[in-house]
Amino acid sequence: MDFIIPQLLTGLAGASSLFLVAVGLTIIFGVTRIVNFSHGSLMMLGAYIGWSILTRLPRDPEWFVLGIAATVLCTAAIGVVLEVVVLRRVYRAPELFQLLATFGVVLILQDVTLWIWGPVELPLPRPRWLRGFVTILDSRFPVYDLVLIAVGPAVLGILWLVMNRTRWGTLVRAATLDREMVAALGVDQRLLFTSVFALGAGLAGLGGALSLPNASANLQIDLSVITDAFVVVVVGGLGSLAGAFVASLLIGILQAFGIVLVPQSTLVLVFLVMAVVLVFRPNGLMGRPQAEAREATLAAPVVRPAPRVLRILGAVALLLAVAAPFLAGDYYLTVLTDGAVALLFATSLHFMMGPGGMASFGHAAWFGIGAYAAGLMSQWLGAPMPLALLAAPLAAGIVAALFGWFVARLSGVYLSMLTLAFAQIVWAVSFQWVEVTGGDNGLLGLWPPGWARDPAVYYWITLALSVGVAMLLRRMLYSPYGYALRAARDSAVRAQSIGLDVQRLRIVALVVAGAAAGLSGALFSYAKGGVFPTYISIPHSVEALLMVLLGGLQTVAGPIVGALVYTGLADILVRSTDLWRLVLGAVIVLLVVAFPEGVAGAARRLWLRGREA
Amino acid sequence: MLSVEGLNTHYGRAHILQGMALEIGAGEVMVLLGRNGAGKSTTMKSIIGLVRPTSGRIAFAGREIAGQEPHRIARAGLGYVPEDRRVFADLSVMENLEVGRQPPREGLRPWTPGRLFELFPNLGQMRGRPGGRMSGGEQQMLTIARTLMGNPRLILLDEPSEGLAPVIVEQMARTILALKQEGLTVLLAEQNLHFASGVADRATVVEKGRVVWAGTIAALRADEAARSQYLAV
Repeated sequence: MDFIIPQLLTGLAGASSLFLVAVGLTIIFGVTRIVNFSHGSLMMLGAYIGWSILTRLPRDPEWFVLGIAATVLCTAAIGVVLEVVVLRRVYRAPELFQLLATFGVVLILQDVTLWIWGPVELPLPRPRWLRGFVTILDSRFPVYDLVLIAVGPAVLGILWLVMNRTRWGTLVRAATLDREMVAALGVDQRLLFTSVFALGAGLAGLGGALSLPNASANLQIDLSVITDAFVVVVVGGLGSLAGAFVASLLIGILQAFGIVLVPQSTLVLVFLVMAVVLVFRPNGLMGRPQAEAREATLAAPVVRPAPRVLRILGAVALLLAVAAPFLAGDYYLTVLTDGAVALLFATSLHFMMGPGGMASFGHAAWFGIGAYAAGLMSQWLGAPMPLALLAAPLAAGIVAALFGWFVARLSGVYLSMLTLAFAQIVWAVSFQWVEVTGGDNGLLGLWPPGWARDPAVYYWITLALSVGVAMLLRRMLYSPYGYALRAARDSAVRAQSIGLDVQRLRIVALVVAGAAAGLSGALFSYAKGGVFPTYISIPHSVEALLMVLLGGLQTVAGPIVGALVYTGLADILVRSTDLWRLVLGAVIVLLVVAFPEGVAGAARRLWLRGREA
Repeated sequence: MLSVEGLNTHYGRAHILQGMALEIGAGEVMVLLGRNGAGKSTTMKSIIGLVRPTSGRIAFAGREIAGQEPHRIARAGLGYVPEDRRVFADLSVMENLEVGRQPPREGLRPWTPGRLFELFPNLGQMRGRPGGRMSGGEQQMLTIARTLMGNPRLILLDEPSEGLAPVIVEQMARTILALKQEGLTVLLAEQNLHFASGVADRATVVEKGRVVWAGTIAALRADEAARSQYLAV
């Protein structure tokens, strides 16, 4: 049992950095109502900038402190630029577009960081004082860990004072409750938002810089940290400083002990704890039910059957798609197969997001579960392709039902953050459970049987299944179930009062969406000849979101168009430039800034204007 | 002091204000009367800038303010007290007042918490209490006090008597008269003619987003036909 105290201290030290990031996320969300996906990127920048500054300074403790302070100021300044250039323009956009914009920032910062600092991870050479130990109770503790442990509570204390004892803090707390009223009382919100964002960014930078001596500056920080921070914020309760602190301690310690006790399943353990917390306290440990954001919320658009023109267009497109193998070469046939898979993937996400009102940041989880189910069936049981294709939606559906049981009663942002965390766990399992999943190497040799090996034949199979299931989903939407689901989305309380079981409706939506996405994953695996953990990566989940939002939530055709356009664009982009992340990120940000109501929304408005004028 | 002309406001495609107009002189108390949904609250929200009017002019103290951001309009000396009170539930009475605080305004005696507690003695007894744990009447007092902290020249009071006990309604009437004594201009939205006639000098009756009757409160009381046509439930 010698490991207990050292691990406890390691956990507490980790908890401090986690807290610094999560608390910024929570404060920014509280005031601006934006879930800032790029918060992890700010921490990453903090680490890199910290490295650049600290390696140029003398190695004495006082210079170290000065270097850290300079880093904090730099990241805070970057935060100001981000807020003024990007976020300020999207405050009025729907929640998901804001999220997409911040994800665009993640992509841009990835490439910028890579371009400035290169792909190699940068460890900070540790001077002697940083390597020091103290002996407590016969164990040796790194001095630096003790410093880190002290930073957490110190920052919490300072923040508490700022929030409760200064005019700025009072205004921030008031804006968290009702920002419109604050404006009506003469407070310039823009200044408030910018300063809040600067504070959050500075804290993230502090976390990044302080993590340097124990870790390094590397390009994986952004997405790994944002997942942890989401978990902390959800467990602690959105908007609660103390909650963020307690949850960081909980998660930090859990991670530290998890690595010793169950090294393969740390993330699973974290997720289990989170699930337990949310079952007993749906708003997190210290959170309260979210007050209505006090904004004029747009009523969700009614999904209407497509007009006739669009139906004819669709039929023509389908005919063309069926005839495509006779017209296109082998390369374009693979792109078309990808397009058909994307179509199903996007339609399945649209089903839970549009009519279901449940936005998923982790839709790739279902895609991956389906892919692995098919791969494992084939690899371990020698199942033929049809059976494997059947197993995929079944497996994804069953897991979705379990997941749904935990999350279906959660509201908006909580649910979305949980879907992301869940996807990260599925990813971790696929990545870490090497004996079964092959880890990073994936499952190879998953090819269609002889009769379907011809790319044209496999393309037809994919097309038939994707379009078939998409039509089925559309049918469900116009069935009584679909109407009930939309009623539950528009007003859970009213739906309940007329006797609808809202939870069950939502779980069913999750299961249907999960199963459909699972099938698309299996189809994709057979097309590529293998299953890999990248199928479950965050960027893949965001791709799905992008397709749906590009096409628009209002129509059933939206995600289909979005999927096809996106697949085509991505293909061109990846083939033509190395900086595809930068370009894609910039395109996303520009689209959101230019069309805060979505491309489809803008098109719809122009269309309507043309008709009514 | 405040003049509104040809104001049109839409919510989506619904045309709420249809050429709304009114004129208030300095130091006057004007009441905006009308049934539910007539456009009283929307008029107030359009003036303070929480809702952006589609067209029309709003001049305040000689300055055009239509379409400006709420915080600029508020800083120009317009105070807004919303219908549903909207006190900051987690903030104490003192903190609520702090959010409303703005620099003193020339020619006006600046409001301080001390002066406000003279006007609303109840509030003085509960300085540390969170806004969410106060009664409706106390919240109504707090939201008026909070707006006064911005030292406005004109105050928009949206249905201050709604849902309050008769005793509190009387206190509210005395408060409005006290504000008038201070030299404040008041635009009051009401459904309660009895309450309004106790405090207002002039009345403007709105229906379907436009003015259907205007005159002194005494004239309205005398005009049985107008009352039953526009105000009777």
